[in-house]
Amino acid sequence: MPLTPVLTAHWDEPDSYSMVGYRRHGGYVGLQQALAQTPESIVQLVKDTGLRGRGGAGFPTGMKWGFVPQDGNPHYLVVNADESEPGACKDIPLMLANPHALVEGVIIACYAIRARHAFIYIRGEVPHAFRRVATAVREAREAGFLGTDILGSGFDLDIVVHAGAGAYICGEETALLDSLEGRRGQPRLKPPFPAVAGLYAAPTVINNVETIANVPSIVTNGSSWFRQFGTEKSPGFKLFAVSGHVQRPGIYEAPLGTTMRELLEHAGGMRAGAALKFWLPGGSSVPMLTPDHLDLPMTYEDIAAAGSMLGTGTPMVFDQSVSVVKAVTRWLEFYKHESCGKCTPCREGTYWITDVLKRFERGQGTEPDLDKLSDLSAQIFGRSFCALGDAAATPYPAALKYFRDEFVAATRTAVDEDYDPVAPTVFAGAGAR
Amino acid sequence: MTVTSSTPLGLPAEPPIDLVTVTVDDIDVSVPKGTLIIRAAELVGIEIPRFCDHPLLEPVAACRQCLVEIEGQGKPQPSCAVSVADGMRVRTQLTSSMADEAQRGIMEFLLINHPLDCPICDKGGECPLQNQAMSNGRGETRFHGPKRTFVKPVAISAQVLLDRERCVSCARCTRFAEQIAGDPFIELLERGSNQQVGIGPDVPFNSYFSGNTIQICPVGALTSARYRFRSRPFDLVSVPTMCEHCASGCALRTDYRRTTVMRRQAWDDPSVNEEWNCDKGRFAFPYLTRDRITRPLVRVDGELRPVSWPEALGIAAAGLSAAAGRVGVLPGGRLTYEDALAYAQFAKGVLGTDDVDFRARPASVEETEFLAAQVAGAPLGPTYADLEAAPFVLLAGLEPEDESPIVFLRLRKAVRRSRQLVASIAPYASYGLTKLSGLLVPTAPGAEAAALTGLLGSTGESDTVSARISAGLSEPGAVILVGERLATSPGALRAVVDLARATGAALGWIPRRAGERGAVEAGLLPGLLPGGRDLSDVADRAEVAAVWGVPLAALPAQPGRDLAGLVEAILGHRGEPDPEVVAPVGALVVGGIEPVDVADPAGLRAALDAVGFVVSLETRHSEVTDRADVVLPAAVVTEKAGTYLDWEGRSREFGAVFRDSLALPDGRVLAMLADALDQPVGRGDVASARAIGARLGVRPRESMADAAIEATTETTTQLSETTTVSAAGFQAARLQASNESARSESARSEPARSESGLLESGLLGPGPGQALLATWRELLDLGVMQEGEPHLAATARPAVARVSAATASEVGLAEGALLAVSTDAGFITLPVRFEEMPDRVVWLPTHSAGCTPADTLGVGSGALVRLTRGSAT
Repeated sequence: MPLTPVLTAHWDEPDSYSMVGYRRHGGYVGLQQALAQTPESIVQLVKDTGLRGRGGAGFPTGMKWGFVPQDGNPHYLVVNADESEPGACKDIPLMLANPHALVEGVIIACYAIRARHAFIYIRGEVPHAFRRVATAVREAREAGFLGTDILGSGFDLDIVVHAGAGAYICGEETALLDSLEGRRGQPRLKPPFPAVAGLYAAPTVINNVETIANVPSIVTNGSSWFRQFGTEKSPGFKLFAVSGHVQRPGIYEAPLGTTMRELLEHAGGMRAGAALKFWLPGGSSVPMLTPDHLDLPMTYEDIAAAGSMLGTGTPMVFDQSVSVVKAVTRWLEFYKHESCGKCTPCREGTYWITDVLKRFERGQGTEPDLDKLSDLSAQIFGRSFCALGDAAATPYPAALKYFRDEFVAATRTAVDEDYDPVAPTVFAGAGAR
Repeated sequence: MTVTSSTPLGLPAEPPIDLVTVTVDDIDVSVPKGTLIIRAAELVGIEIPRFCDHPLLEPVAACRQCLVEIEGQGKPQPSCAVSVADGMRVRTQLTSSMADEAQRGIMEFLLINHPLDCPICDKGGECPLQNQAMSNGRGETRFHGPKRTFVKPVAISAQVLLDRERCVSCARCTRFAEQIAGDPFIELLERGSNQQVGIGPDVPFNSYFSGNTIQICPVGALTSARYRFRSRPFDLVSVPTMCEHCASGCALRTDYRRTTVMRRQAWDDPSVNEEWNCDKGRFAFPYLTRDRITRPLVRVDGELRPVSWPEALGIAAAGLSAAAGRVGVLPGGRLTYEDALAYAQFAKGVLGTDDVDFRARPASVEETEFLAAQVAGAPLGPTYADLEAAPFVLLAGLEPEDESPIVFLRLRKAVRRSRQLVASIAPYASYGLTKLSGLLVPTAPGAEAAALTGLLGSTGESDTVSARISAGLSEPGAVILVGERLATSPGALRAVVDLARATGAALGWIPRRAGERGAVEAGLLPGLLPGGRDLSDVADRAEVAAVWGVPLAALPAQPGRDLAGLVEAILGHRGEPDPEVVAPVGALVVGGIEPVDVADPAGLRAALDAVGFVVSLETRHSEVTDRADVVLPAAVVTEKAGTYLDWEGRSREFGAVFRDSLALPDGRVLAMLADALDQPVGRGDVASARAIGARLGVRPRESMADAAIEATTETTTQLSETTTVSAAGFQAARLQASNESARSESARSEPARSESGLLESGLLGPGPGQALLATWRELLDLGVMQEGEPHLAATARPAVARVSAATASEVGLAEGALLAVSTDAGFITLPVRFEEMPDRVVWLPTHSAGCTPADTLGVGSGALVRLTRGSAT
């Protein structure tokens, strides 16, 4: 399938991130069109598109907006811009290159759900993205798209751009809310769900950056335009951020349903002399797939049927130079480092799985350890407080399924003896050793 | 004690409970909607293992130990956080492999890193983790790598120590601190496997309730400096007891080994202290064995010498006989009800004196009246349950967190759970009031009566504080709570009674000491007999005389003097001498009283020195025994059985911890003394005292409150000895006595007092550099029953002087600078702290380290003091 640049259409222009650059291509026309309609019709429009959340869970966006009780009490829109998933790199480039699509989307979404305050929670480690979005919000305010009586519609809105302090857990929506309220970022007990009692105990819609950025073009072009892309259950297009051992890592905006093989072609294929070993459709939190799965359409439903998840839709590609044992160990180290500590299985499980995996990495694993790791993963999965634990329980079982031999080999030989640690790097062959 | 005589608080009937039916392990159970699965399982006898769950804390679902299967759901759910739904089918570890495997997995996770130091851990033997590891855990570990270790222990306060590697991050302690106590000084810090309980830099966990976290810790992570490494649970004998430290009435468990109390814990009593107590009740017990008097002592050539019981009793009896008809009795406020009854019988039946006052604190004739009319003989209530249900509570001269900590916890619960509104008549918004989100009526000491009266007619702007309070007081179930310091504010208690009557609010009196309510019921006040009877009423006297087995004439017929009156009589009239009014005092019988606690410590000391003969019943050496002619040793609370009446009037009966102790309770000592006086009263043991108490009962009395109100407006009628006295007449007599006392009070006033008298009349306010003294006691202070517990003392709030910024600027002081508060008698220098409070008012703690105004300044609440810059020396 060909690429469908919408959000990324003008990223090659030097001022794509500015108000001038954005409006040159019809920016904020969608806002004006939206304000001419009723909020209900915007919600209905988004429902009609079948737009699903681009943050990983794929929840229907229009339905989420429809949950907000319209009883006159305060409620909020919060944009989850805490992109921290290993391998995911789509929201941050979007905020850098096209922040006004996000801002315009926020204004339309708030109009639709009748929120008067919106918050954009940006990962603290990316101050450049924070600055771009903050500038875009300021420009929007100066242009009269924010503040009171926006474009004479009587609709008031302000946007707070908030920088997190750098914690993966704050990408979990309820932990994000706690963090935004100034508390320690830990997930909240649900129910109540954020749609009932979220930020400051008020009903809150939490959407991913890409999801919201899709809204202006939907308003401008309509639901049937959006639905011409993708599949029945996964309509629309998506930012696929392909990373790893490909010729041209980058963001490829294509319809949902594009296969991984096509994405690989867009990315110029594997790097010179390399063969695909395994790949992950959407970040480290989804089970890995193999070359056998390259022709799967990248949709929520097809990837799930193959035992993985579309996730953030940011495929990571690994070639034969990579040790699965080592990759899994790195991921678990990440989850161990990022576990918030609230619940027992995630706090203890990530710590002790990592402990055992590092023994494998040193070639000191044992055969019983293989089952122990399976047990530990099973003891986390479905029992942790939030999805972080489930994510941490994901890499090992999938790796064991496809690459058991490598773990068995790591009971005898240190991984670095079988796999040159420099070989997977971009500086491989440059005499780094 | 309700002022309205109608139905209890007039609350609407309980709404019908909405029941849902669920199935737990194939057993049907109907429970109220909203019940958590774990509670529903308990009801059918199924115990689901748990760590973070606590019935009095909000669910957190962090430990994941209580995972169960809910049919139709793909993954196990935390039973501590999921409410039942009608038709829900729950399977626990007993019938579900999903639940069982999940629980075993969690248990393995909890144990991998847990140190195997159970043999030296305080919790070993009573440890939920240890117990559940035995019942649900695997026997052998599968992990042999190095465990995470931490430096240990960390003192999160002087009293509470933390061993981080034992912690299972259940967050019970942090949730208790935040939700129950309102002192979020501990919090989980760091993340992942580094997560740990911690405190902020230089902000220790100095909560009055910190000890509860040790008790609810499901592992040995939190231990107390007092108990750590002292004992094994299985070496202890546990006895249910009642707390002697205040009138809250906490049920406790006292654990002892051989002859030593090792620790005390809160015991479960949902109607009173739920499962909590304060740190004073928990840790302040070393005093029980400190400096004890174990043998009778008699003063010979100025020295106290040990003598035999018969010799000591003989000398005491001789001294009291010599002063027959001129003996005063000061029993103190810490007696059990049984001992208080014994004191009443000894004083009024044996010695025939009505010069009896249990109040070892600033008091007044107005308070005597109030207690006789509103408290003595009143039925139970308002109760803790009434407090919890009340939509509005007015605190009049009461700081619950300092003076009755469990009342504070109950109010905080109601504020959090049912949005109760609390308001306080006080000079500034104390930390406790802040934690109750309470409203403040800023009131200078002495102006309480005006403030209370001002609430009556407040109908102005609906959002003013007084209008909100007026509205609150009129709501069904509203309660007014009165504290001890209102006694010293002229007219305040009368104003409270008026306010309660006018609004229909219930009225509760919350004394500080555990024995005060019992002493009121026993009649240890001038003019009062047991069971709320009136000494001036011949029928009442006859009833009591019959039970005591003495002739009617043996009982005094005229109201006697209170402590201040006795001191005045002993020291002689300082104004115009009037021997007709002031009967001489020849001897004093004194119980547990510290002179520093009364309004005029120097006066009491001088009176003890001056009076001809002093018999002291004491447990330990004190300023009174220093001045006593005969000292008779008495039992402490662990050595006797008895009953405290808490502030509600609830009976808090307890047995002796050390049942074979040879120490004698006050009642036994007084009975022996009565024998020595040849006026036997029986054995004087607890059983006899209870029998006498039962026979005495309570005088049936109608509508005391009405009588009190009428009496304040009616003209005084002459009291006749032989006519039957109406309730109104009873009050009128009190009023007359009070007027007389007021006269004599003004006559004996010190210069500062007369200045404050002028203030009240509006002729003179404090000038620049002057202020009115506001003061009350903090929970942790220099009280003798806190002696010997340095860890506890270190968590006390450091003494500060509080003034308004404007007042401080008059003296030229910045916040934190030293302020000297002085009278002609002396000065106190403390760091100054600014509060929103009336100008030219200064607050000092009553009895804290470096600050004992009664002793140092010679004055109490409402007095005029000078403010100057302090210097460090």
